[in-house]
Amino acid sequence: MAKVKGSIVVDIDRCKGCEICMVSCPTGTIAMAKEVNHKGYFYAYPANPDLCIGCANCAVVCPDGVITVYRTKI
Amino acid sequence: MEKELRLMKGNEAVAEAAIRAGADGYFGYPITPQSEVLEYLMEAKPHERTGMVVLQAESEVAAINMVYGGAACGKRVMTSSSSPGISLKQEGISYIAGAELPCLVVNVVRGGPGLGTIQPSQSDYFQATKGGGHGDYHLIVLAPSSVQEMADFVDLAFELAFKYRNPVMMLSDGAIGQMMEKVWLSPQKERSKTVPEWATTGKPPTRERVIITSLDLDPMAQERFNQKLIAKYNEIREKEVRYEEFQCEDAEYLFVAYGTSARVCQKSIQLARAQGIKAGLLRPVTLFPFPVNRLNELADKVKMMISVEMSAGQMVEDVMLASNGKVPVYHYGRMGGMVPEPEEVTDFLKSKI
Amino acid sequence: MPQATGINDIIKPENLVYKRTEVMTPNILHYCPGCGHGTVHRILAEVIEEEGLQTEAIGVSPVGCSVLLYNYLDIDWQEAAHGRAPAVATAIKRLLPDKFVFTYQGDGDLAAIGTAETIHACNRGENIMIIFINNGIYGMTGGQMAPTTLPGMKSSTSPYGRDVKMMGNPVKMTDIVATLPGTFYVTRQSVHTPANVRKTKKAIRKAAQYQKLNKGTCFIEVVSNCPSGWKMTPVESNRWMEENMFPFYPLGDMKVPQESESQTTNK
Repeated sequence: MAKVKGSIVVDIDRCKGCEICMVSCPTGTIAMAKEVNHKGYFYAYPANPDLCIGCANCAVVCPDGVITVYRTKI
Repeated sequence: MEKELRLMKGNEAVAEAAIRAGADGYFGYPITPQSEVLEYLMEAKPHERTGMVVLQAESEVAAINMVYGGAACGKRVMTSSSSPGISLKQEGISYIAGAELPCLVVNVVRGGPGLGTIQPSQSDYFQATKGGGHGDYHLIVLAPSSVQEMADFVDLAFELAFKYRNPVMMLSDGAIGQMMEKVWLSPQKERSKTVPEWATTGKPPTRERVIITSLDLDPMAQERFNQKLIAKYNEIREKEVRYEEFQCEDAEYLFVAYGTSARVCQKSIQLARAQGIKAGLLRPVTLFPFPVNRLNELADKVKMMISVEMSAGQMVEDVMLASNGKVPVYHYGRMGGMVPEPEEVTDFLKSKI
Repeated sequence: MPQATGINDIIKPENLVYKRTEVMTPNILHYCPGCGHGTVHRILAEVIEEEGLQTEAIGVSPVGCSVLLYNYLDIDWQEAAHGRAPAVATAIKRLLPDKFVFTYQGDGDLAAIGTAETIHACNRGENIMIIFINNGIYGMTGGQMAPTTLPGMKSSTSPYGRDVKMMGNPVKMTDIVATLPGTFYVTRQSVHTPANVRKTKKAIRKAAQYQKLNKGTCFIEVVSNCPSGWKMTPVESNRWMEENMFPFYPLGDMKVPQESESQTTNK
């Protein structure tokens, strides 16, 4: 059976570190970085990229529209 | 098409002239003594004649903000009211001036302050000419003194408003708004199909988006905008002064009066001249810009100026500034909705000689 | 066995499932982290793009946090005086009836100073969409009590909690406008979870389609958060909203058109 595999790209400099994407991710893909972006926010990043299913929940709920989502079947 | 002669109230003349001038929209709220404007427009069915939108708003506040919305679409829109209602509109007028939008606001002035009276007055001169709302701005202010001028100034107001992207006020009063005179009405004009490039009409891919706003959070940018406005007002001061002189050629005593007061003064001049007193009248047609230069010239020729106003003395300050101390300047006024008699104006002049 | 797929194998144009719409400008939103305004802006922009409305949209922004909304959506905008957006939009729509006209207003703008304009535009059935962001507080001016502040809720002008005997009760504007004959579609939604965002977007799309059919006023309340004004983290604020705002402002449709009168074009 084909497996759905996703990936996200976070526009780090636009991220404000609100964490809403993190709590909306059904697979635990996203975590907050230990370092800050140029605005001083702990930005979101795909800490566990292998878990991503490309559902786009993070991007849909992101107030700043900083997440781009890709998905494919393998 | 020829002009049409009708017997009308000033308020009705404004309404009919607006339709004929090709106005796109009128937004108003009833208040005495100007309710005939909205009543006439509703009865005349301009939506059938020209497609003009007429709407009775829920308040003067809503009406002026409808004018803002319509003006920002590049349309020829207007509202009318009387003094207390014009006070309510001041916020919107300030935003319209701040967003550099063209429109016509008609004020059929009644006595104040507060709810005041419903009789004619000229006590809104400061409000009309000095800004009225908050912030540094000016309206172009036209002061009709006849029903004919109430009709004619509609077209002139839209012309000036669009030329300068600036709100124009027609400062009438309860007498001219209510009285009936014969009036020559202009033929019907087509509503304009021209869309100004600054108007919000939906953004085609070929241009940047249009943003109509009076907000700038950057104080330096705001100051630059204020300077731009000053330059515009100075250009208006230079090019748009309008006034009328009556027996000024040999006048030794000059009345300065607009609107209803100017009509009273014409009779006062006759009475004075019958007694050998050479009186004349300068009638400002534009109150902003004020005929400063002409009054300054006349101050070299006359012995005295009297500002005759139905107010506690407002325009008199501009007459003093214009004459710059060259001659004595007095104010004669009635208030609260009282119109001066020609005799009392002449008597006042005699008392000062 | 397929080979293990690396991230670079997935991030390809053909695999794109979600990216920010081009109707959003590149400007960085000025909102605080986690604020629902940004989410509503984006789905509004998405609907404008997907429904092909960019060339006909004229938005009216309010006074409040979203006063600068015109910096973020690449459409024509008018910035209205505080509370007056429905009056401004009334004139735009009447003078340009073929355009897609909407207002976007906060609770202070729409439910306090602009109450009259809101009610009368809805009552006349102006053919516009009104988006109403209700976060129970004045965000822009620093967290003062709003007409929608909950009983007992703290704000900078109700520092001991809203005492309804002294300060009056919160107003449910959406319930009020739903009773007016001029409104066609009235709903209350939120944008704090992906599912709620999708529902709100659907509501905006419906409103846009109804406007094309000249159906009357469509009114969409979005119950939202104000992490800074509520003095919480964004995630905490969303939880607090679920526990406190939703019981008072329950989500759901309040006025739904009958099937026969809501014929929209399916996309």
